[in-house]
Amino acid sequence: MKKLEKPKSEDALCDLVKNAIGNKQTLKIIGGGTRPIGNAVVADSVINTSAIKGVSIFEPGALTLVANAGTSLEEIQKLLATENQHLPFEPADYRGLLGTKGNSTIGGVVAGGVSGPRRIQVGAMRDTLIGVRFVNGEGVAIKNGGRVMKNVTGYDLVKLMAGSHGTLGILTEVAFKVLPMVEKSNTLLVRGLSDVDATIVMSKALGSPYDIAGAAHTPAQNTKNSYAVTSIRVEGFEKSVAYRLSQLKETIAQEMGSSTIIDVETNAKKSADIWKSIRDVTPFHNAKGAVWKISVKPTDGAKVVNALSAIMQVKSLYDWGGGLVWLLVEEDTITNAEIVRKTVGNVKGHATLMRAENDTVLKIEAFHPQAKRLANLSNQLRAQFDPHGIFNPQLMEKTSTRTMLEAG
Amino acid sequence: MAHINMPEPDQQIIARKREIVAELIKAIGKEGVIHEPNETIAYECDALTAYRCPPLAVALPKTTQEVSKVLTICKQIGVPVIPRGSGTSLAGGALPTADSIVLGVARLNKVIEIDYDNRLINVQSGMTNLSVSGAVAEGEFFYAPDPSSQLACAIAGNIAMNSGGAHCLKYGVTTNNLLGAKVVMMDGEIVEIGGGQLDTGGLDLLGLICGSEGQLGVVTEATLKILPKPEGARPILLGFDDPEIAGTCVSDIIKSGILPVAMEYMDGLAIKACEEFAKAGYPTNVEALLIIEVEGSQEEIDEQLGKIKKIAKKHKPKVMRESESAVQSDLIWKGRKAAFGAMGQLADYMCMDGTIPTSKLPFVLKRMQEMSKEYGLRVANVFHAGDGNLHPLILYNANDPKEMQKCEEFGAEILKLCVEAGGCLTGEHGVGIEKRDLMNVQFNDQDMEIQMRVKDVFDPDWLLNPAKVFPLKNSQSRRGNYREHYRENYKASE
Repeated sequence: MKKLEKPKSEDALCDLVKNAIGNKQTLKIIGGGTRPIGNAVVADSVINTSAIKGVSIFEPGALTLVANAGTSLEEIQKLLATENQHLPFEPADYRGLLGTKGNSTIGGVVAGGVSGPRRIQVGAMRDTLIGVRFVNGEGVAIKNGGRVMKNVTGYDLVKLMAGSHGTLGILTEVAFKVLPMVEKSNTLLVRGLSDVDATIVMSKALGSPYDIAGAAHTPAQNTKNSYAVTSIRVEGFEKSVAYRLSQLKETIAQEMGSSTIIDVETNAKKSADIWKSIRDVTPFHNAKGAVWKISVKPTDGAKVVNALSAIMQVKSLYDWGGGLVWLLVEEDTITNAEIVRKTVGNVKGHATLMRAENDTVLKIEAFHPQAKRLANLSNQLRAQFDPHGIFNPQLMEKTSTRTMLEAG
Repeated sequence: MAHINMPEPDQQIIARKREIVAELIKAIGKEGVIHEPNETIAYECDALTAYRCPPLAVALPKTTQEVSKVLTICKQIGVPVIPRGSGTSLAGGALPTADSIVLGVARLNKVIEIDYDNRLINVQSGMTNLSVSGAVAEGEFFYAPDPSSQLACAIAGNIAMNSGGAHCLKYGVTTNNLLGAKVVMMDGEIVEIGGGQLDTGGLDLLGLICGSEGQLGVVTEATLKILPKPEGARPILLGFDDPEIAGTCVSDIIKSGILPVAMEYMDGLAIKACEEFAKAGYPTNVEALLIIEVEGSQEEIDEQLGKIKKIAKKHKPKVMRESESAVQSDLIWKGRKAAFGAMGQLADYMCMDGTIPTSKLPFVLKRMQEMSKEYGLRVANVFHAGDGNLHPLILYNANDPKEMQKCEEFGAEILKLCVEAGGCLTGEHGVGIEKRDLMNVQFNDQDMEIQMRVKDVFDPDWLLNPAKVFPLKNSQSRRGNYREHYRENYKASE
C-alpha cells in the first residue's frame, strides 16, 4: 500500500516535498482524482492536495476569486452563484467519461487544463486564470501572476502551470477572473446536417456579430432519434438573445436552404442540459472502446473524422465550432491508435488518449508527441522546476530526457 | 543620467565591430545592416526616451531564415541581441547596449494567410497592430488587442510585452488572442508552436513566450485570433465630482452583470488636456470622467446603456451623455487614445502602468494625490477602470535632473503602492529596464529564480535582451558567462 499524504498547508507540503527528495521518493499528485488524464504514474507516495482548501478572496465587484487549490469545484461554484457569478470557461466533469468518483478540486481543474464549450467565447481556463502559488520540486513555494486581470510583471508562469498536470509543481493557490452569469441562455438547434455542413454552419455563426457562446455538433449516430443536431448557444439579456437568435436563423437558412429544420430551445433547464451533455461528453459514457480528445483547426475536425471513418469504426462529437473532436474508436487496437495520431498529426493537430480498454493501447503516450525541439524545451523546463524528477514521473512523456538526465 | 544602470559594454565585442558587421552583411545583405554611427543613432532608444545608447549595429532581416542567420552569428560570437518591434516600448524593452546588435523585425511585414472560416490571420511579426485589423476589415473582422500605440506598434512587440489596450475587459490581452507563433531560438533553430487549433498541446510554451519581453526567442510569424466586428458600438460619458464615487459606479456596473467592452477613467487634469487636444466634447467641469462603451445592435446597445444609466443615476453623476453619432464616438476614443500625447503638450511626463484590484481604486487614488503633494509634482490619471490597470502620468521637467530623479522616485512609490494594494508593477507595458529594479517589490528571490531558469532553458548564454526584466544583481551570475566561453570557442574555430 502506497503512502498517502494529505498536507493541510503549503508549509506542510513544502516539508513533504523536501522529505521526498531526501528519501529519493517519487510523488503522484492528485486533487480530487476525478480526471486521471495522461500516462499512468507509478510513484512511491501519493500527495492529495484536497486538504489545502478554502476561498481567501471573492470580490464580485472586481470579478475576482482566489482559492486554495484543494477547494472543491462544487464549493466554488456554489459560492460564486450567491453573487450570480461563475467560472466562465465551464469546467467539464469527466467522472462519467473516465469512470471516476470523488470531488473535483479547483487545483485539478487548473492542472488538467479543463475547459468547456464556452471557451470559444470567453476563453479557456488558462485565459481566466490570473495567478498561482505552487511548490516546486525543491520544496520551495513560488508565486506568479496575482489577483488582477492585467499583469505582465515577469514571465507568465501562470499559463505554464495551467495544464501542466502536476509535472512542474504542486499548486497550492489559484486566482481567477470570474464573470457574471447571463440573464438568458438559449440554444438554436439545426437538424440533420452532415459533419461538413455542420462545420460550415458553426463557422458562419461564429463569424457573425451575434456573440456565440457555444457551437457544437452531434452526428446522427449519437442521437436518440438518429437525427444529427448542431447546437448554437446565444446568451445575454433577454431582448438581445431573442434578436440574435432570429438573425442567426435567417443567416443559417440562407446558407443551408429554407427547408433546413431549425428549432430554438428557450427552456433554461433544457438548454443547460444540452450543454452539460456536450461538456461532459455524455454520449460516450459507458461506451466500449478508446476515447480521444482531438484539437484541430475547426474546419479540419470533420475532415479528420471522415478520413478515419473510411478506415475504422468511429463515433464523434464536435465542440468549439469543430475545433474539438471527441472520438470513440470502437475497435481499440494499437494499429487504430497509431492511425488516429497520424491522421490528426497530418493537419498539425494533436490527439490525447483519454481512455482505453486495451492494455497495449494504454502503453502508448497519452499526449500527442511534440516536435523534437518543443519536447526538449518542455523536458528541460521540467528539469528546472523539478530537478529531482519526483513529480508525476512520466505523466506527460514516458521517455523523457529528464529521466535520461537522472540516469546519466 | 538617472539611476537605472545598464551593464558595462564588452570592449572586446566593440573592438570586433567591423568583423561582426561583415558577417551580418554576408548573411542578409548590405541593405539589411545598419552600422554607421549617424544611422545606428536612430535605434538608440524606444519610447522610454530618457535612456539612450546606440547599438553596435542593427540587423533588419526580411525572412525568418535571415533572422535565424543573424542569431546564429550572434550566438557564435557571443554578441547580445536586442529584439525590436517598432520601438514603441514605454519600458525600455528595446534599449540597446553599446556591445549589442538590435534585431528589428520591421521588414517582416506581410500577411501570410487570412482564414475567415477558422477566424484567424497568420502574419509576419513586423506588421503593425492596426494593419492587422486593416487586413481583415473587408471581411468585417478585427484584431482585438488595441494598445494606444496601435498605429505604430508591431505584433512582435505586442507578443513580447503581452500588450493590452482599452477593449481588453471583454476581449482579453495579446496572450488570449494568440493561437500560434513561429519562433527563432537564440541558436538559430526555427520552431513552430500552436497554429490554427485552440490549444497548443503539451506544456503551454506559447503562453510562456507571450510576455517574455524578447528574452526567450524572436517571434517572426504569428497566428492571431480575429473576431467578427460587432454590429455597432456606442460610448457613454459619465462625469463625477468625486473620483471615489466614479470608482464605486464602475464596480456596481460590473456587479450588475453587464460587461462593457471598455470602461476608461480620466481625472480632471487629464480631461482638460485631452479636451484641449482632441475637442472630443468631454465635460471639463468634473473631477472624474468614465468612458463606457457597449456593443451590439442598436436595440442591444440601448438596452445595455439603459441599464448602465440606471445604475449611474444612483451615484448622481454631474454629466451623463451618450454619443450621438459615429463621428462623436470616434472623437471620444480619439481623445482617450491621444491622452499621452495631450499630456505631452502640458509638460514632460513619465507614464506608470501598475494594476490594482478595482476595489482598492478609491484608496489608491487618494494616496496618489497625497503623494503628489509630498513630491511637489502633478499627476494625471488615465486608466482602464474595468480591470484596474492604472496609468498615472507624472508631470515633470526633463531638463531638470533633480526633478527627473524626484519623478522616478515618485513613480517607484506609486508602483510599490500598487503592489501593496494587492496589484502588480505593470499591467501592459512590461518591465523592461523601467521596472526592472522594482521586481523585488513584487517577487522574492525564489520567485525570480524560477523565472530566470526558464530563460536558462531557452537562452542558456543569456544573449537575448539580457539586462532587462530581472534586477542586474539577480541576473549577474548568468549574464556575462557567455563571453569568455564563446570567445575561446570562437578562437578555437578560427
